Amino acid sequence: MKQMKAGIVLASVLALATGASLAAGKTLIYCSEGSPAGFDPARYTTGTDFDASAETIYNRLVEFVPGSTQIRPGLADKWDVSADGRTYTFYLHKGVKFHTTPYFKPTRDFNADDVIFTFARLTDKNLPFNKATNATYPYASDMGMDSNIAKVEKIDPYTVKISLNKVDAAFLQNIAMSFASVMSAEYADQLMKTGKADQINTQPIGTGPFIFQAYQKDSVIRYNGNTEYWRKGDVRLDKLIFAITTDPSVRYQKLQKGECQIMSYPRPADLKAMQANPALKVPSQAGFNLGYVSYNVTHKPLDKVEVRQALDMAINKKAIIDAVYQGAGQLATNPMPPTQWSYNKTLKDAPLDVNKAKALLAKAGLPNGFEITLWAMPVQRPYNPNAKLMAEMIQNDWAKIGVKAKIVTYEWGEYIKRARAGEDDAMLIGWNGDNGDPDNWLGTLLGCEAVDGNNYGKWCQKDFNDLIVKARSLPNQAERTKLYEQAQVIFKRDVPYTPVAHSTVYQPMRKEVDGFKISPFALNAFYGVGLK
Amino acid sequence: MIRFLLRRIGVVIPTFLSITLLAFSLIHLIPGDPILVMMGERHIDPEFYKLAMQKLGLDQPLYLQYWHYLVHALHGDLGLSVRSQVPVMQEFLTLFPATVELSICAMIFATVVGLGAGIIAAVKRGTVADHGVMGVALAGYSMPIFWWGLILIMVFSVQLGITPVSGRIDLLYDVTPVTGLMLIDTLLAHDMDAFRSALSHLILPSIVLGTIPMAVIARMTRSSMLEVLREDYIRTARAKGLSMTRIVLVHALRNALMPVITVIGLQVGTLLAGAVLTETIFSWPGVGSWLINAIGARDYPVVQGGILLIATLIIFVNLLVDVLYGVINPRIRHAR
Repeated sequence: MKQMKAGIVLASVLALATGASLAAGKTLIYCSEGSPAGFDPARYTTGTDFDASAETIYNRLVEFVPGSTQIRPGLADKWDVSADGRTYTFYLHKGVKFHTTPYFKPTRDFNADDVIFTFARLTDKNLPFNKATNATYPYASDMGMDSNIAKVEKIDPYTVKISLNKVDAAFLQNIAMSFASVMSAEYADQLMKTGKADQINTQPIGTGPFIFQAYQKDSVIRYNGNTEYWRKGDVRLDKLIFAITTDPSVRYQKLQKGECQIMSYPRPADLKAMQANPALKVPSQAGFNLGYVSYNVTHKPLDKVEVRQALDMAINKKAIIDAVYQGAGQLATNPMPPTQWSYNKTLKDAPLDVNKAKALLAKAGLPNGFEITLWAMPVQRPYNPNAKLMAEMIQNDWAKIGVKAKIVTYEWGEYIKRARAGEDDAMLIGWNGDNGDPDNWLGTLLGCEAVDGNNYGKWCQKDFNDLIVKARSLPNQAERTKLYEQAQVIFKRDVPYTPVAHSTVYQPMRKEVDGFKISPFALNAFYGVGLK
Repeated sequence: MIRFLLRRIGVVIPTFLSITLLAFSLIHLIPGDPILVMMGERHIDPEFYKLAMQKLGLDQPLYLQYWHYLVHALHGDLGLSVRSQVPVMQEFLTLFPATVELSICAMIFATVVGLGAGIIAAVKRGTVADHGVMGVALAGYSMPIFWWGLILIMVFSVQLGITPVSGRIDLLYDVTPVTGLMLIDTLLAHDMDAFRSALSHLILPSIVLGTIPMAVIARMTRSSMLEVLREDYIRTARAKGLSMTRIVLVHALRNALMPVITVIGLQVGTLLAGAVLTETIFSWPGVGSWLINAIGARDYPVVQGGILLIATLIIFVNLLVDVLYGVINPRIRHAR
């Protein structure tokens, strides 16, 4: 009897201590594709991580206009750039509140100290906070932020000056990226005092439109709408829930059944059925990405421009778009997507011409063709849904001009490592735009300083490189555009790689969802999203 | 009995050590490392790469890494996940209850349906019912879990709208985890609607995960029952005029159950292996999908620790089964 009584008491205590509540008001459930590794966006590199943190919980000084590659003021209302282009002065928005949660109650509004802490974290390896967390910031490093930011100074509580070591015309775009999300210095202090610095990655505090509530790995992330959000009208939901659903077919089935209202990354094969479903809408946008075939110009005979031209004009891109992208792609001509400013509209692809390609090979002294390796990625990427099939189609196209391609593949990390070491002859690869700046395409993928990095073809052409280096240092967009247009002409002349396709981005959602904008950067943000 | 136990535990130690070595070697044999996988096509500054590998302790020779892992594991420290920087043990303990709940429900389904089907097939031996039941069992045994899961979702969730598609509960219910077992947590919260939702979410994954064990149990029950039904005491019971139901359920089943229980014990491993796929299809937040993701991300501590914990669990269940045999049948206990 005593035991029974004790059991009843224990059950009652537990019942009081715990609870189940039914979400009321406007709740949007988003079927996301995976679990975030954490909620500190600076530590990670993927959209899955950024959607769960940077796009919901945080803001940046400068932000991308939703659905666009253009920037707009974020936590900085405005900014000045010095005449030499190396100093930026930001004037901060007043009255911005950091989130109040059970684990942190801010005593002050956002100010210059938070900006200084944010950038110190990314640039100063010896910052006590960095030592305490043992974290690294790969994206900031990749964008050169750690080496280029010389100094971040507080002019007054709402003015901050950032000085650069060298001019970087894409600096504003770079700090609009997820990794530069502004953190609370006051929260960091609290964490340091309690010896729990790493908690910044599991219990995040930001200024963004949604307040982190709870996360259950591989299951769900819960957010509450931020009623005190500084940009009025951006928060139209009471609750936002990420239902982590790794399989795309299951995501679609959940969407059909109304178990979620928006889903990420549909399977191309499901798109037709989705478009025919009266309960759904499937807006799309030309992808800000590029899938291409890179030629290693350090390997013979790919060092000869005629050979690369021949291979380029033998590829039937139209057939690839139909089969590999199942129509959900756009034929690529330039080394950047058409929505990127400075895209050279005058350039045309060499027409598909087997005879001319053979003639070019003969001119290069290879009338009987040759053998090369063609590497195919082992993974599906947003810019290439099926690299193996694409490789097989290209192999077939090249066989028609006498080029025997042997398809090679490696595990993904190994693939990149070996490709950077220059082991490939030709390889399939691609890129998703990071920041909407042309240098992110031409400099990152084709610049001489990238030959040990993302310039997989190792193509270092002086006239091309001079143009992009000069363009990077100019503040004026019109002047930069001219230089980038010329650079694209050189690219087309030398064919260091063959642009194949820009894959179209589809975002299936239920009809009641309102205000969702597809991000060109393959991110999912819920600013201004509501339910009808 | 103590000698028997010590002998069994003596076997467990080398098994445990072999598992640590195997788990460590296999994941390190796969090319790539966590930093390369995370960065994908992005550029990595060599200095940055060196620093990141150093911070993860991956710059040391493999034998040293293994030694550190082993020493820490013996102290109960499985390290931090490379990706989330959360202790592996903590992640495991958060996710394991979901796998346990699903496995128990799958086992209940497999046992109830498997036993029933096996008994019917044995009693109706050679009839259409026998062939039908055994045909279904064979089909169930050879069913690819991924395909089976998607078909059930398509029919019962999307077309008929009877069951939910995936997850553990309707996400509009915000249930505070106490035990991690959703059925119990919803009951503790006194929320019957949430409980019903959790129960309905268990139906399809339990069927999918329980199908293979169900088929094994059905086949084993049938053959075991057939053997028992041929025994003299069954003939005697018949001669005494007992009803068929009484003969089957009281006299035959009890004796036929021994080998079936063995099979049920052995299915624990099958369930955990099957959970990997089932959890992926049904977005079930258990240790199966956790391990799969960790392999993809080369999250070494998670893969090593996860495999070790699961293997330990299977070793423990096997040890328990061995000991139980010893208790039930003293001949096993004394055998060398």
